[in-house]
Amino acid sequence: MDDQYLLSMKNISKEYFGNRVLKGVNLNVKPGEIHALVGENGAGKSTLMNILFGMPVIYSTGGFEGEIQINGESISIDSPHTAMNCGIGMVHQEFMLIPEFNVTENIKLGREIGEPTALSKIFGNLLEKMNWTQMSKEARKALDSIGMMNIDEYAKVAGMPIGYKQFIEIAREIDKTGIKLLVFDEPTAVLTEGEADRLLEIMRLIAEKGIAIIFITHRLTEVMAVADSMTILRDGEFVVRKDVKDITLAKIAELMIGRQIDKLVDDSLLASRNLSDDKIALEFKDYHVDMPGERVKGMNIKIREGEIFGFGGLAGQGKIGIANGIIGLFETQGDVFAFGKRLDLSKLGEALRNDIAFVSEDRRGVGLLLGESVERNITFTAMQIKDQFLRRIGPMKILDKAKADQHTREMIKLFDIRCTGPSQTAGSLSGGNQQKVCLARAITMDPKILIVSEPTRGIDIGAKKLVLEYLTKINREQGTTIVMISSELVELRSLCDRIAIVSEGKVFSVMKPDDSDAAFGLAMAGVREEEAV
Amino acid sequence: MSQKTDFFKKAGSFLFDNKVMIAFAAICLAAIVLSGSPMTFIVDGVFTRITRNTFTVLALIIPVLAGLGLNFGIVIGAIAAQIAVFCVVYWGLGGFGGMLLSVLIATPLAVLFGYLVGKLFNRMKGAEMIAGLILGYFADGLYQLLFLVIIGGVIPVNNPKLIISGGVGVKNTIDLTGNLKYAIDSVRMVDIVTVVFYVVLAVTLIKVILHLLKKYQLNKGDFIFFGIVGLLFGISYIPVVEKFLSTDRLILLDALTAVLIVLAILQLIKIVRSIWIDKEPLKTLVKPIVTLLVYGLIYALTFIPEIEEVLSYVKLPVLPFLLIAGLCWFNQKILSTRLGQNMRTVGQSQSVAMASGIDVDKTRVIAMIISTVLASWGQLIFLQNIGTFSTYGAHTQIAQFAIAALLVGGASVQKATNKQAIIGVILFHTLFIVAPEAGKQLFDNAQIGEYFRVFVSYGVIALSLAMHAWTQFKKEVQPPTGGADLEIPALPAVTVKQQTLK
Amino acid sequence: MKTIKDIYENIGLPRLIIGVFFIFLVVVSIVLGFSPAALFSDVVRRWLMYGTLVLAMVPGIQSGIGLNFGVSLGISAGLLGSVFAMEISFLRNWNEVLGAGAPWLTLLLALLFGIIMAAILGTLYGLLLNRVKGSEMTVSTYVGFSVIAFMNIVWLSLAFKNGELSWPLQGQGLRNTASLSGSFGGLLSNPDVVQSTQPAWLQWLAFKIGDFTLPLGLILVFALLCFSVWLFFRSKLGIAMSGAGENQLFTTSSGIDVDRKRIQGTAISTVLGAIGIILYAQTYGFLQLYNAPLMMGFASVASILIGGASVRRAKISHVLIGTLLFQGILVTALPVVNEVIEIGTLPEVLRIIISNGIILYALSKTKGGNQ
Repeated sequence: MDDQYLLSMKNISKEYFGNRVLKGVNLNVKPGEIHALVGENGAGKSTLMNILFGMPVIYSTGGFEGEIQINGESISIDSPHTAMNCGIGMVHQEFMLIPEFNVTENIKLGREIGEPTALSKIFGNLLEKMNWTQMSKEARKALDSIGMMNIDEYAKVAGMPIGYKQFIEIAREIDKTGIKLLVFDEPTAVLTEGEADRLLEIMRLIAEKGIAIIFITHRLTEVMAVADSMTILRDGEFVVRKDVKDITLAKIAELMIGRQIDKLVDDSLLASRNLSDDKIALEFKDYHVDMPGERVKGMNIKIREGEIFGFGGLAGQGKIGIANGIIGLFETQGDVFAFGKRLDLSKLGEALRNDIAFVSEDRRGVGLLLGESVERNITFTAMQIKDQFLRRIGPMKILDKAKADQHTREMIKLFDIRCTGPSQTAGSLSGGNQQKVCLARAITMDPKILIVSEPTRGIDIGAKKLVLEYLTKINREQGTTIVMISSELVELRSLCDRIAIVSEGKVFSVMKPDDSDAAFGLAMAGVREEEAV
Repeated sequence: MSQKTDFFKKAGSFLFDNKVMIAFAAICLAAIVLSGSPMTFIVDGVFTRITRNTFTVLALIIPVLAGLGLNFGIVIGAIAAQIAVFCVVYWGLGGFGGMLLSVLIATPLAVLFGYLVGKLFNRMKGAEMIAGLILGYFADGLYQLLFLVIIGGVIPVNNPKLIISGGVGVKNTIDLTGNLKYAIDSVRMVDIVTVVFYVVLAVTLIKVILHLLKKYQLNKGDFIFFGIVGLLFGISYIPVVEKFLSTDRLILLDALTAVLIVLAILQLIKIVRSIWIDKEPLKTLVKPIVTLLVYGLIYALTFIPEIEEVLSYVKLPVLPFLLIAGLCWFNQKILSTRLGQNMRTVGQSQSVAMASGIDVDKTRVIAMIISTVLASWGQLIFLQNIGTFSTYGAHTQIAQFAIAALLVGGASVQKATNKQAIIGVILFHTLFIVAPEAGKQLFDNAQIGEYFRVFVSYGVIALSLAMHAWTQFKKEVQPPTGGADLEIPALPAVTVKQQTLK
Repeated sequence: MKTIKDIYENIGLPRLIIGVFFIFLVVVSIVLGFSPAALFSDVVRRWLMYGTLVLAMVPGIQSGIGLNFGVSLGISAGLLGSVFAMEISFLRNWNEVLGAGAPWLTLLLALLFGIIMAAILGTLYGLLLNRVKGSEMTVSTYVGFSVIAFMNIVWLSLAFKNGELSWPLQGQGLRNTASLSGSFGGLLSNPDVVQSTQPAWLQWLAFKIGDFTLPLGLILVFALLCFSVWLFFRSKLGIAMSGAGENQLFTTSSGIDVDRKRIQGTAISTVLGAIGIILYAQTYGFLQLYNAPLMMGFASVASILIGGASVRRAKISHVLIGTLLFQGILVTALPVVNEVIEIGTLPEVLRIIISNGIILYALSKTKGGNQ
């Protein structure tokens, strides 16, 4: 049975630092087949591919369990180089091209054809003369074979449209001798619509030559359009392998999302409140944020006072950009109103001065001064914005150590931050405790609106529960409006009053937490429900 | 119309790309005019300094291409050369043989040093330049320790010419007269021709042997090359030629004439080939013919008495210039090898190079070794020409001046060519020669001119480093994945092809 | 066992080697019969002499521009301030008019001029450094060199009347080394100067206890400067500046303009450089112009690194310990070495090796100072 598959990965499991990210996953691909690999962010797709390519990150973290077979033969792939020798290639999401080189040089990068010279006979092939005529011929052939007759093999790559760069990258993989399997990792994410269509055609062209393709994408419509079969992963688990003709879009969406919602928060806290459309805490009008990779492109939404509002959506669609724009890390356009007052976001600290506090998704990069004490971290923002923890001595404002210390101790107690004391450096805390410090810093600002971005990313279950419960608590007890941005739909659905799914930098739809799994799945994939029936 | 604007655009971008060089040329010109020094003096001085310094400047090119930036670490190559010179002088050797021995000692030392520097730089990626600078100072300290304390102090050396009398340590200056002075400069042309002939003969024989062993395919070029060299060797036996070749210096006028003749012959061959062999349209002939005319014009200019006077005054040592030409050729040739291509790739992007299976660290180490070895040879050329070896000073400014010269020629942290190196040496050293006199004329103080040139050499490096850092920083702040192409939504969420929905 | 390892890791290998070496030198010199009092006087004097220049590194490092090799800018400003102050003092004939007060006024004027110029230059320099983020050290080294080279031209062009400053019989140009003995030289640190020029109630500024010289005036000034910097980094502005140096994104997201803080840090560093060179000159007794300050930035950088600072974080204690160790070695090495072999230049060689070795070590530890 097995030998019908070119590649089979069997019962693959992988653990990162005690966290099981893959649990007995199977992946089977036939020759000449386009096989889609779908799943939410964090479903385990990239880990699976890292295993397939023998990436060092896998081996430096203790390897994996399971078996990889190619043409029915068990093999061990321990480095990207082995993967290449086995005929496995990858079209990267970030282009591995050198702009200053021409197309031929890029296609032949690292695999240049040399002519032996007298010197190279003595000193090795590093002194071989480059044979550019032969190389450009082969580059031409590779380009022609994917139908890219109009790309000149002598042209410089710099300044070419992004689509062309993608095609050159593909030509490079095709040019490799003995290529059997090609992985496309989100290839259409950066392309225009026309280019994306072209790419799908090229994928079919390649598949017709008998080369198998693994197609990783979030765009379910593309899967339906081009793939022959698919594997769905969810939470590191294998869900199903199906032929595309046997499944519907709605069914895929449901299988990707479907799981029961764990109650992370104590029921007693979920008492009803008075939410009114007249009392708006935060309003976005045609809001743009120029955050590379997470652009917001014209968002309109009103968030009510006292509400817990969630932003969900796939990575790269712009949900992360929302908060980073408000806080002033990236340039914004359009209007943001807090309690009816327009915020001038070109001024640094504008949001903070208007009682909006922020917990960053990038804990170590943005959220903390890793080399400073817990105390400095917790008090920093309030000190700078609200002049707290300071004593006036003449014209100078000097740190009031006693006050800062006392407040920090209160926070340590409140959030159960496990540390040796206020003077321990933030960098030496565990992830969960670091997150609590970030939250404590935001709370110290005594905000009316609290924006938390990926509040539970990379922290243990206990800390997760504590953080979410605390968010609910200050919402219910103090009426703080919470805006929660998260990739974890479960989390959003367990907590939020409403959830906006962000797609292409805009609000795609606003949903209720008890909407169906399929509805969520389709919204995440950017497909209108009425069209997928 | 459009051609005209195109021309202006081109001219504009030419001026912009070469702004450093042009500004510097203007300063040089002004200084020459101000100084009022005779042209014979200036041209002679400039050529002396070209002899001394160009080799070292050319040694900087490969690290730039390999992405290591301006190699402030060439000081260490110079140190290797100086250790070798000290040994050779101590052993009482001299002449060309002594120089060869210096090369034999300096080269393995430089390879070792270059390897270590390369290893260190691999630990400090992105900070090679500051590391190289500090490393240069650090190496200078160790060098002083060696020459001041260890030689004479730990290792007993009994040589009153070299050791400070009544103490330990090496003297401040070592006179090279009578041993290594002009060891390279004074090689006669006829000897060079003879040696080249025998070397080519040997290489051809090896190739023939390899051919017979079926390890190498002999081609036409091999024979033509051997033929030309053999012919030249034969000509050198004609008495007139032999007499001309039996000197070690070439009058600049003769050198220019010879270069023009060779270039003209090359152009003629090109013309002949394109007419009779490639049968290209006549339009392509315009460029070579114009070039030929320019050569003619240049030759005609040499008949102007003022120019002729200068040209016949200046005498060039032949071998150093051949070595410089050889290094230019080497810098060019290495790029057409796999090693050169790897270096370029590493220089452009280390991550892409790594993903393409290139051993980035090894390539960088090789680049550093080559540069350090070349720098040590450059220092040997420098020392034998200058004739006195200032033990504690000869190497200290070498990186500073070589880098400044390269930058003046229009090079940058990421891009450098042979042409820029040579133009840079000419401009930078012209300023060095005329600045004191210009300062004297302008401010009545020669010292000001001297300080000015030092300021310029620091300033041009500071400016070029700042400009490089600025562009790097801007790149980081504004990633190239720019707005326009992402503004168009990649695939509208609503379009779902009908056939896929069953 | 664990605590010993902790202590070792806290101190770090280079500091341990240098510290042990220093103690070794001190022991050897005492065994060789040198007067400990005289030796320590010298160590203390050099410690205070270089201290402020090293202190100037702290605001630079804390505000995120890294090791400020460009402190030469501040040094130049301080030197300019000093020569202007001396020239004015000469032209106004302060020595006759003011008597014992003349050197004080000259010193204050030199500081005032120096600080103002350094603040302006430092701000401009900060603007430049904001444009070359990530390569501050490479750029600042060469900016420092260029400034010294430029100042050479300035020194050569100034036409001053004060004979202490200008070459005799030449209309133009200042001396390489100008004596401060008739001016503020030794005012805070030299017992002889204090005794001969200052009134009785100021005799506490510098006095001798047996062989040991106590430059109390200088100690107080240096302590005051250290305290000010320490206090500054406990103020709102100082804390914001430290934040900017530690994590730009964090600080921006707390509503602080990071670039502004970096400019302020650079300016303060430059101002401290100016004060530092004036205090250096007053202790040394001479103003050193032209190329003398070329490598002073390196010595300062090396000192603070020896003290345990990194290219990203520095404390006052690093300044104190580093300067003490570095200068201590150089002071004690000379007599010891001379006793063993007669090589007068060995301490100089030692200085080059230690200072550049420690900088290289620090750079390789942090991958060249880049994050």
